[in-house]
Amino acid sequence: MSAPYAKLPGWADYGLIPLINLIVAFAVAGIVVLLVGENPLRAAVILVEGAFGGGQNIAYTLFYATNFIFTGLAVAVAFHCGLFNIGGEGQAYVGGLGVVAVALTLDGTFPWWVNFPLAILGSALAGALWALIPAFLQAKRGSHIVITTIMFNFIAASLMVYLLVDVLKPAGSMAPQTRTFLEGAHLPKLNWMLDAIGLPVRSAPLNVSFLLALVAAFVVWLIIWRTRLGYEIRTQGHSPKAARYAGIGEARIIIITMMISGALAGMMALNPIMGDQHRLQLDFVTGAGFVGIAVALMGRSHPAGIVPAAILFGMLYQGGAELAFEMPAISRDMIVIIQGLVILFAGALENLFRPTVQSIFASFTSTTPAVPATPGERA
Amino acid sequence: MDFFNVLILVLDSTVRLSVPLLLACLAGLYSERSGIFDIGLEGKMLAGAFASGAAAAVSGSAWVGLAAAILVSVFLALVHGFASITSRGNQIVSGVAINFVAAGATIILGQAWFSQGGRTPLLTGDGRFGALNLPFAAELRDVPIIGQIYSELLSGHSLLVYFAFFMVPFTWWVLFRTRFGLRLRAVGENPAAVDTAGISVAWLRYRAVICTGILTGVAGTYLALAQNAGFVKDMTAGKGFIALAALIFAKWRPVPAMFACLLFGFLDALSIRLQGSPLPLIGKVPVQFMQALPYILTVILLAGFIGKAIPPRAGGVPYVKER
Repeated sequence: MSAPYAKLPGWADYGLIPLINLIVAFAVAGIVVLLVGENPLRAAVILVEGAFGGGQNIAYTLFYATNFIFTGLAVAVAFHCGLFNIGGEGQAYVGGLGVVAVALTLDGTFPWWVNFPLAILGSALAGALWALIPAFLQAKRGSHIVITTIMFNFIAASLMVYLLVDVLKPAGSMAPQTRTFLEGAHLPKLNWMLDAIGLPVRSAPLNVSFLLALVAAFVVWLIIWRTRLGYEIRTQGHSPKAARYAGIGEARIIIITMMISGALAGMMALNPIMGDQHRLQLDFVTGAGFVGIAVALMGRSHPAGIVPAAILFGMLYQGGAELAFEMPAISRDMIVIIQGLVILFAGALENLFRPTVQSIFASFTSTTPAVPATPGERA
Repeated sequence: MDFFNVLILVLDSTVRLSVPLLLACLAGLYSERSGIFDIGLEGKMLAGAFASGAAAAVSGSAWVGLAAAILVSVFLALVHGFASITSRGNQIVSGVAINFVAAGATIILGQAWFSQGGRTPLLTGDGRFGALNLPFAAELRDVPIIGQIYSELLSGHSLLVYFAFFMVPFTWWVLFRTRFGLRLRAVGENPAAVDTAGISVAWLRYRAVICTGILTGVAGTYLALAQNAGFVKDMTAGKGFIALAALIFAKWRPVPAMFACLLFGFLDALSIRLQGSPLPLIGKVPVQFMQALPYILTVILLAGFIGKAIPPRAGGVPYVKER
């Protein structure tokens, strides 16, 4: 089959087209704001000020961004292998079990810097195990990973409700949540970093898991582009046939990729549980697993794109909270619309503006005819 | 006769609970049989429910609500169609996007237009699809067994319930006994062959997603105007995904789809009925396990332990004409 579209220069492919798609997504969101009877430009100003107008706001924005870096990386790693992991939500939710397994047993024994690495391992392991069954079914039995991961999101939700209501809830308590952790399972805040550059923070949940997220982004880049495993993952994603021909074990790569993806999603649980709430609550993931899809699509599955995309969504979450305060008609659900529109325009309709952009580029370079086909080459 | 009465009650609520699943499942059947995967059933159903609730509240007529629901769901289905047929985008991504847009937009618009916390105003009378009583239902009520089955189980549902069950043989007839159905199935298996025969792949698939839009609109209307008295935010609550599971469970065939939806509806009715009370032999089953059962069953099916579910061959792949 012929490729539907010709090639563009790299900066246009990775910069210009995503930017156009993003602008269109926000323009459509602006129409929704108009329908609600508010001024979209004023809404945008409030949003940006709410997200970046001071140390406090920036700290919150980065706190939310931490979640989205993890889930965005999780979706991206699977994308590189040609797999669509919609199960980030469930994997992150179950990842919370790994965190509390460490926190509830060791919070009185060790200081945070011992518990943190253990909790990282616990959450990554729990998330990876939750991704293992769909991965195994895809690799060995050919069950579609999209469907199984969706099913596993629902199964995770039921499982966690059961565990929180019937098992983990301390006796005599009504709220479905674990007990509050002791000091040994509280992650230190990073507010001093913003204080140091002259942006005072009163109190914000930004904590060391933000740094962990940045490290994870670097490690993902390292794995995907600088290791043999990453090469195999990308080969499998580009052409399963070529991978099989090259002797790459298909089942092995699918399972390993999904477990990395699940581990990254699971690590997201560290940020809200150990960094902010200090207990495991119902629905603590609050859709971050799904935001990861939008983040990965916007960031073109590259860590260098995912981190800014995650910060953009962090801005929407934090600024959206301020916006809901200023314009009561626009609640936080506006973010869900924007998220959907970003997924639509940056993901499903990514080719919508490509032909136009290509013809504009062609008109610039029309003085030199594009790829003259010599008769010899055709033969 | 106590057990029998309970059974009738559970089966009656099974019918009520499986209708939205059935409509959404048949909706997905048209689309997926034509080679367009549709994860966005949930979103289209939700948008349809909101549109019907809003339109019925403003106009006072359930029929206007139904029309609005179909219009909105077909529009979303066409967006999905445009993304996956014309624009050759990723069908899964597009479906996910539609779910989010619907989830957010229904709450934002509902709050802005009606200011009732995302609900639409409560409907009464002509604003809803009320219960229809089949002829002689009242007279036959006292006949043992048959009377119960006829007047409780079969009679007294809304028009949309009968429509949903009518759609099962109708869909079977369309898919397996008409020219359109043959072509629809062919385009999902081998679009190149359909194209070679001189039939437009794109137009066939667009018609299939329009069918999907119509049926999800009816499913949403059922939720908002028959099962409830107005739209409540997130009222689909994962039903679109259970319908998707039922579709796989039924291996993309209309009559098994009905049985799969009835099974999942029965599990739902049973978990509401039991509410954690112990079962004989098994002991106490957590409510959450019953709620998760449709998903677990689907995963087991997908794993190939109960037969094998083979999706339409061209599903999820955008069609590119050879050049």
